[in-house]
Amino acid sequence: MAEGLHVTLRQRAPIPLEAELVCAPGELLALVGPSGSGKSTLLRCIAGLHAAAEGAIRCNGETWFDAGSGANRPVQARRIGFVFQNYGLFPHLSALENVAAALGGLTFAERQARAHELLARVHLDGLASRRPAELSGGQQQRVAVARALARDPAVLLLDEPFSAVDQVTRRKLQQELARLRAELDIPMLLVTHDLDEARMLADRMVILHRGRTLQAGTPDEVMTRPASAAIARLVGLHNLFEGTLAEDGGGLKLAWLGHRLEVTRVEGRQGDRVNWVIPPEGVLLHRRERPSRGEAENPVSGVVQDCLRLGPFTQIRLLPDGGSEPIAFSVPSHVAERNDIAPGAAARVTLLAASIHLMPGEVGPVLE
Amino acid sequence: MDWSALALSLQLALATTAILLPLAVLIARPLAWRRFPGRSFAEALVALPLVLPPTVLGFYLLVALGDASALGQAYQALTGRALVFTFDGLLLASIVFNLPFAVQPVQRAFDAIPREVREAAWCCGMTRWQALWKVELPLAWPGLLAAVVLTFAHTLGEFGVVLMVGGNISNETRTVAIAIYDRVQTFDDRGAAIMSATLVAFSFAAIAAINWLGRKVDHRG
Repeated sequence: MAEGLHVTLRQRAPIPLEAELVCAPGELLALVGPSGSGKSTLLRCIAGLHAAAEGAIRCNGETWFDAGSGANRPVQARRIGFVFQNYGLFPHLSALENVAAALGGLTFAERQARAHELLARVHLDGLASRRPAELSGGQQQRVAVARALARDPAVLLLDEPFSAVDQVTRRKLQQELARLRAELDIPMLLVTHDLDEARMLADRMVILHRGRTLQAGTPDEVMTRPASAAIARLVGLHNLFEGTLAEDGGGLKLAWLGHRLEVTRVEGRQGDRVNWVIPPEGVLLHRRERPSRGEAENPVSGVVQDCLRLGPFTQIRLLPDGGSEPIAFSVPSHVAERNDIAPGAAARVTLLAASIHLMPGEVGPVLE
Repeated sequence: MDWSALALSLQLALATTAILLPLAVLIARPLAWRRFPGRSFAEALVALPLVLPPTVLGFYLLVALGDASALGQAYQALTGRALVFTFDGLLLASIVFNLPFAVQPVQRAFDAIPREVREAAWCCGMTRWQALWKVELPLAWPGLLAAVVLTFAHTLGEFGVVLMVGGNISNETRTVAIAIYDRVQTFDDRGAAIMSATLVAFSFAAIAAINWLGRKVDHRG
């Protein structure tokens, strides 16, 4: 029996979908993508609120949906906990009644006791009699979480649950979710467009774009080793460039703006067009009084286009010689000052070979 | 004072409201939430009695319910009674001409319920019926109340359609509005004045009572 949630869905309309994902028990999987990428539609399909044209949804060995055989278990029979973006609380019922509403099949007394228990679990013990309109955004979200857990769900679905609260409340609720999820041994899906949130809370993340799942992996994998330039752009990576692979001294190197850059992991053949990315942490500023004489790996010189002091760190954009796209990185502000970093100043950096990540090239002009 | 006419008016208003309210829920719900071909057409059809002159509506109802019509003949065969110039026909006509007064406020009330709230009810394990009883109807309460008030008041006051379909038969189709008209025709101004004042008082009391009840339920619920 396949434990966890297994989803394969395809449809053309109303929102195109071509999604495939797996979420193990106890795992929190973040669905990340821009607005309109199909994240919420995917969640609605899993809940049974929408049926895709093709595909299947299986949970712990049970078939919830199979377009091929026509099987489509109704939403009521799927045992899902769903926290909606605006919580979907019943405005005419108290917090306690909202939670109790999801506790069918129990006696009134059992329902009340269990609902009180669940409210206590989300730290709302004293507010049971309040209606949603009498609760703050954060408290409403907690009621929604308590209600979602009330059915002892097989899957927990969270649709941008932190989007309707302020920054401070969001951090607090995120910490609470992180604590709560450690106690749950069910697949959990979190829809978000906030990469930091996904990085902080999720075990793995799936990048969705126009309904397609583009890449799945741990947040670190996806953020540092995106499968394509499109994903790199979607996850907001800076330092995305184009180059070609070139033979140099018996091995393949990355040819870019006249440089032959060392790369730790390289796959491909001579002349292949590639996109490459380097995280800001992989860019090291050379000291002005001790310039590299070629011994440093991948030295690149250029002109500081822009520098912005943000507290203890200074963000620098260096326009490499012969290039049109700057390399972005940051250094401690005292380092920037000591090296006279200012717009227009010449500077040299090292691009760490281990930090350079190559991706298949997109069609378009390549700078060599 | 024609008490039988007043009693008939109240009976008609109560029966119309009782039948029309569940019917309005049945019609208004899909109109509010579903997108289907012909939705605009259905909405226009429901709203038609608002804009048609009562005599036009009355004429078509007379034709549709008459002894020569399929509906009239089927009803005659089933019950042994005619539809036109009877209370039954009057009730049917009353349901038709009150349709927009009942459906539109209920539709607006359902429209105002967020989709997330309805879907949350299903995700909580509620069946569609349970969701209707426990979530949707309590939230649509103001619209239902407005439908009751409008239908009741409009039935009490309707004249044209009632006269066309029901005529003026004592204890069968003579409502208080027609009885007042009768008294005016026979220059019985005092009788017309008493009945008018009684109708005003009854209508006012009924609407006030419904509104009071609505507020009470709203505060408690």
